[in-house]
Amino acid sequence: MAVTRETAAAVRDVEQYKYGFVTDIESDKAPKGLSEDIIRFISAKKNEPEWMLEWRLKAYNYWLTLADEEPTWAKLHFPKIDYQASYYYAAPKREKLASLDEVDPKLLETYKKLGIPLLEQQMLAGVAVDAVFDSVSVATTYKKKLEEMGVIFMPISEALHKHPELVKKYLGSVVPYSDNFYATLNCAVFTDGSFVYIPKGLRCPMELSTYFRINEKNTGQFERTLIIADEGSYVSYLEGCTAPQRDENQLHAAVVELIALDDAEIKYSTVQNWYPGDADGKGGIFNFVTKRGACRGKNSKIMWTQVETGSAITWKYPSCILQGDNSVGEFYSVAITNNRQQADTGTKMIHLGKGTRSKIISKGISAGRAENTYRGLVRIGAKADKARNYTQCDSLLIGDKCGAHTVPYIESRNPTAQTEHEAATSKISDDQLFYCLQRGMTQEEAVSLIVNGFCKEVLQTLPMEFAVEAQKLVGISLEGSVG
Amino acid sequence: MALLEIKNLHASVAGKEILKGITLALEPGEVHAIMGPNGTGKSTLSNVIAGREGYEVTKGEVYLDGKDVLDMAADERARAGIFLAFQYPVEIPGVTTSAFLKTALNAKRRAAGQPEIDAMDFLKLVKAKTAVLGMPYDMIKRPLNVGFSGGEKKRAEVLQMTMLEPRVAILDETDSGLDIDALKVVSEGVNSLRSPERAFLVITHYQRLLDYIVPDHVHVLANGRIAASGGKELALELEAEGYAKYLNTAA
Repeated sequence: MAVTRETAAAVRDVEQYKYGFVTDIESDKAPKGLSEDIIRFISAKKNEPEWMLEWRLKAYNYWLTLADEEPTWAKLHFPKIDYQASYYYAAPKREKLASLDEVDPKLLETYKKLGIPLLEQQMLAGVAVDAVFDSVSVATTYKKKLEEMGVIFMPISEALHKHPELVKKYLGSVVPYSDNFYATLNCAVFTDGSFVYIPKGLRCPMELSTYFRINEKNTGQFERTLIIADEGSYVSYLEGCTAPQRDENQLHAAVVELIALDDAEIKYSTVQNWYPGDADGKGGIFNFVTKRGACRGKNSKIMWTQVETGSAITWKYPSCILQGDNSVGEFYSVAITNNRQQADTGTKMIHLGKGTRSKIISKGISAGRAENTYRGLVRIGAKADKARNYTQCDSLLIGDKCGAHTVPYIESRNPTAQTEHEAATSKISDDQLFYCLQRGMTQEEAVSLIVNGFCKEVLQTLPMEFAVEAQKLVGISLEGSVG
Repeated sequence: MALLEIKNLHASVAGKEILKGITLALEPGEVHAIMGPNGTGKSTLSNVIAGREGYEVTKGEVYLDGKDVLDMAADERARAGIFLAFQYPVEIPGVTTSAFLKTALNAKRRAAGQPEIDAMDFLKLVKAKTAVLGMPYDMIKRPLNVGFSGGEKKRAEVLQMTMLEPRVAILDETDSGLDIDALKVVSEGVNSLRSPERAFLVITHYQRLLDYIVPDHVHVLANGRIAASGGKELALELEAEGYAKYLNTAA
């Protein structure tokens, strides 16, 4: 694996966290804290229609009733979050840019450090990027080309104005405002995110990509993504995340909703590399995310792939509701925790339609003093004749102070359904390490190679350009975990 | 100067002394065989030279081209040119033989100040090497050693040796678990690597392997010491008479 050396060099250059820089841009912030006024402020800033504001307020008022219902069932430990100590709106000044030339050069510099292909000449790479910088999407590339094909790919704040009927019809239809503590908060205060609509019968010819980045100190990032694949269409969507290095914890509570109609397919890939905190567990992102896809149509398919290497805490269960007959849900996950990181992640596969199938492949890697939990639910409804599920959960431990936990729930109300669950826990053996060292590899290269092998089934589901990045990340996030 | 020089080497495992003063010199181009009964320190010797953890060198020196080997970490020794063909090659699930080979080869190239090998050049090289060794090329697409037969594992070891072109190759009981056909293939592979710049240390329990890999020198290891040294005829003598007399003299 040629990438590992490059990686090691890159890490030496920038010490531990490559993306731990802060861009100094004047920003337009709402006052600290959360109140009805703040929500009105956000909505007014975005010039939103009345129904949107009402929906936000409904969510906010409901959220207030949930004060004591912050989820505690996950195997995660963290101090109580003070929701009044955060900023809920921060946008780089100078909005409404006509072209990339108008983008603040410092911002472009930031993107360059992140390696985002935002500039014109880099568009040849075939990736259209909707970059979310804190809360406002500053530039959307490739828009014209996609527009001609009937693809809508724009910030959700813009879609609210240009395609209100689509947003109104689908927003909250998969994750309702009352869904859970964090999702409800997101409904009230989300500031931006991506909106995608793929028209009937179109195979979107390029990967759609969004980079999220938390820049402003003390801002929560509450993005909202909505993707609709109309009948017979296909789209592959990539999401990458980084955040600068900070001593205090930052909250990230996103909501992603996917809707696949008859014969449509959505592939959603995430590489999450938020700042994980330092070796002693100081700082880092709290990543409390609700991601859910609805296979509404017959023969539809939703495939989630996630590579989670960052964040101090990850609470995330990308799920599929398999409503349409013969619809398919797949979940491929690599979750790596090192040092003091904690992850409680998995999926829910809800089988409602006949002949629905789901597949779960989860690879958890734990090093240092980290805790890594797979939590998954497979529920088969009474009408889901001949539904099938296959689940495989593998854990890999590096060292003897970390933990790996597997918590599968299987509920079947249909006797014709079949579920299979396999789980295994292993360690990197001294024999494997010595064998690699004896062939001249360094300790780091050896660990990266072995772990990449362990994750292979998942990594190979990623689009090519992401797969290479993900392989590197696997190596970076486990540096120093052995010896 | 000998290519590999071992001087009065003492080593223990978990406080128990296994090697009790080994002295050996391998000149470039030579093949040395180490023979001996089980439990006399043959594998300990190969592990100590390769730098495996858990073996404590209490006395003595090892030099490769005059460089102090005991001062180097296991991976440095490998990059300096010491190759150990394992008695029990280790499975690396999910890592193709090809990816493993490429990582190892690039580690060596870096140490030599060379650029990483280009993907196309690499495939060409593997193709050529597998052909020379009479191995199916498809083998490199399989995860390393996973589900390999005994013969395939040993062939994969020889393929790695061929790719990495070591200065000193140590074969640790390479014949164990091989039928006669596999033994021939593996031996031919090793013989094709014999060269005036390279030395081999062939560790084996049986004389059979030495019919195919003909040694220049044969040493008998008993109770942690070299009990006798001679030419290839010593191996035949051992085959006929067994190790008993060396165990007695050594005791």
